[in-house]
Amino acid sequence: MTRHLKSALFSALLVWAVAYPVLGLKLTIVGINLEVHGTSPAILMTIAACSLLMFLRVLFSTQISAAWKSSPGLPVIPAKASHFLTLPTTQRWIILALIVGALVWPFFGSRGAVDIATLILIYVMLGLGLNIVVGLAGLLDLGYVGFYAVGAYSYALLSHYFGLSFWICLPIAGMMAATFGFLLGFPVLRLRGDYLAIVTLGFGEIIRLFLRNLTDITGGPNGISNIEKPTFFGLTFERKAAEGLQTFHEYFGLEYNSINKVIFLYLVALLLALAALFVINRLLRMPIGRAWEALREDEIACRALGLNPTVIKLSAFTLGAAFAGFAGSFFAARQGLVTPESFTFIESAIILAIVVLGGMGSQLGVILAAVVMILLPEMMREFSEYRMLMFGALMVLMMIWRPQGLLPMQRPHMELRK
Amino acid sequence: MSREILKVENLSMRFGGLLAVNGVALTVKEKQVVALIGPNGAGKTTVFNCLTGFYQPTAGSILLDGEPIQGLPGHKIALKGVVRTFQNVRLFKDMTAIENLLIAQHRHLNTNFFAGLFKTPSFRKSEREAMEYAEYWLEKVNLKEFANRTAGTLAYGQQRRLEIARCMMTRPRILMLDEPAAGLNPKETEDLKALISVLREEHNVTVLLIEHDMKLVMSISDHIVVINQGTPLADGTPDQIRDNPEVIKAYLGEA
Repeated sequence: MTRHLKSALFSALLVWAVAYPVLGLKLTIVGINLEVHGTSPAILMTIAACSLLMFLRVLFSTQISAAWKSSPGLPVIPAKASHFLTLPTTQRWIILALIVGALVWPFFGSRGAVDIATLILIYVMLGLGLNIVVGLAGLLDLGYVGFYAVGAYSYALLSHYFGLSFWICLPIAGMMAATFGFLLGFPVLRLRGDYLAIVTLGFGEIIRLFLRNLTDITGGPNGISNIEKPTFFGLTFERKAAEGLQTFHEYFGLEYNSINKVIFLYLVALLLALAALFVINRLLRMPIGRAWEALREDEIACRALGLNPTVIKLSAFTLGAAFAGFAGSFFAARQGLVTPESFTFIESAIILAIVVLGGMGSQLGVILAAVVMILLPEMMREFSEYRMLMFGALMVLMMIWRPQGLLPMQRPHMELRK
Repeated sequence: MSREILKVENLSMRFGGLLAVNGVALTVKEKQVVALIGPNGAGKTTVFNCLTGFYQPTAGSILLDGEPIQGLPGHKIALKGVVRTFQNVRLFKDMTAIENLLIAQHRHLNTNFFAGLFKTPSFRKSEREAMEYAEYWLEKVNLKEFANRTAGTLAYGQQRRLEIARCMMTRPRILMLDEPAAGLNPKETEDLKALISVLREEHNVTVLLIEHDMKLVMSISDHIVVINQGTPLADGTPDQIRDNPEVIKAYLGEA
């Protein structure tokens, strides 16, 4: 009991310690007294109540968790349903339903919602790509955003200097990012675990700083603006077409409506995300996918069986980077503007959080996590100051309740038919 | 007389100040079973690690069919047909037994990216053949009923057998077994003995093994090499080794 009392007191104090900077309280010395500024009695009362709650929560933690377990009505996912949800066949049906829903709803949704959905899809793509590297091959890559930047700048530069269209640049951007993945992977993949993470983190930053300082070509911190949007078989979605081009609404004899452009971008993103989903699903069932997982489990055994670890890791790194490249070029097209500031470390962290939150290796988990991670901050714009706090709280809650991720993967096992 | 498939001369491995293996020589002829024995810490596994490319030997030569392979990386040596098992079983524990066997066939499979992406007929065929071959070997080692179980849930003896089957997937010429009978009961040891002779007779595999179970070693080996504290102590037929006073001294100490 004394141990509980001690930790309870400590937790209560911790609430104050956390609340103090978060809520922007200021302590000032007035004469010989210490005064609290920037607060109202209500805030102080709330903090006090919170710390009291925390105190009780920790003091009676054993009783509470016992009660939690014994009470039947609480929202604990039953083991059977949880198992059912993680089965590959169930996940396939859920994915199919999601695809149909995703195709239909933008025509009824609001412009803002479609726009956010497009953003979510970009992160789905990034999450799926990083999932190959982190979830399947088990290589912790903290510089993933670097390849995203390479993809975005590839399209931006090709479009800016050579006037190439989005659809030509998309594969080029993917290949550029893959090349970078390959080149960076070569020296890096001798390292493991933490060392790999730190070096990739460095590479991600190098790419960003490189783009920032190559002012003559990339425009430095100002980036590149007025990047062309994707066209629909040569038809643009602008109000007025450039010379030699036709607009979508003229061609189909429609009234000009700016929402068409938003929906079109959304559909392009959906197409790309679905393509990524398909490719990764196939990869899981291909020899290379199996080799990734075998390598994650036991590298020494792989070597003894004649699998070349470098080649296998490199293929994961390269493919993962290629998906980031596709996502990047779409990002550039959607924004119409790329600056180095879009590719800071926090982006890598968010993508990694999506992968971990969703459950390593799970496609559906990644989609769900991308929705949560992007939608929540958008919906809670009023609380945007506390975004990082909520981010942290979410991570802590996840660690407590579902350390394996929202929807952990059950691998599609190869089975021998009897 | 069959020809020499593996010839090791003057193999030495030094870790800093420790000379773990010192001038070991080995000659293995095709389809022979050769045992490497010695007290604990004699350097037997180090010899294995040198032969399979996990260590770079400090000195000496390893000739596979007359071709030097010392210093090559492990996976290249494995591709040349020298495949090993491990003292403590190293299966892919979260994968099923059959998947373990499929991974070992990696280089025999169609790994073309687009073939796999669109499930071309050649891809399907190669996957099906790999599956059949894996099934064949599961049957051989008596594990067919456990094909879809994850490897980590199998009993220890079954895991050992699965590891041998996994090696066979690579179509090896020399199979190196590191204490294959460790932790097996007498019945399982008998099965192992039968399996090794099947490998040799039916599949033309040369076997090099490290083993402490003298009954097993004496009954299946054509040739035995004894090392003690990293240095070769004796080598000869089982009968010669059994009566060698040096060997008895190394194992039992001086009277």
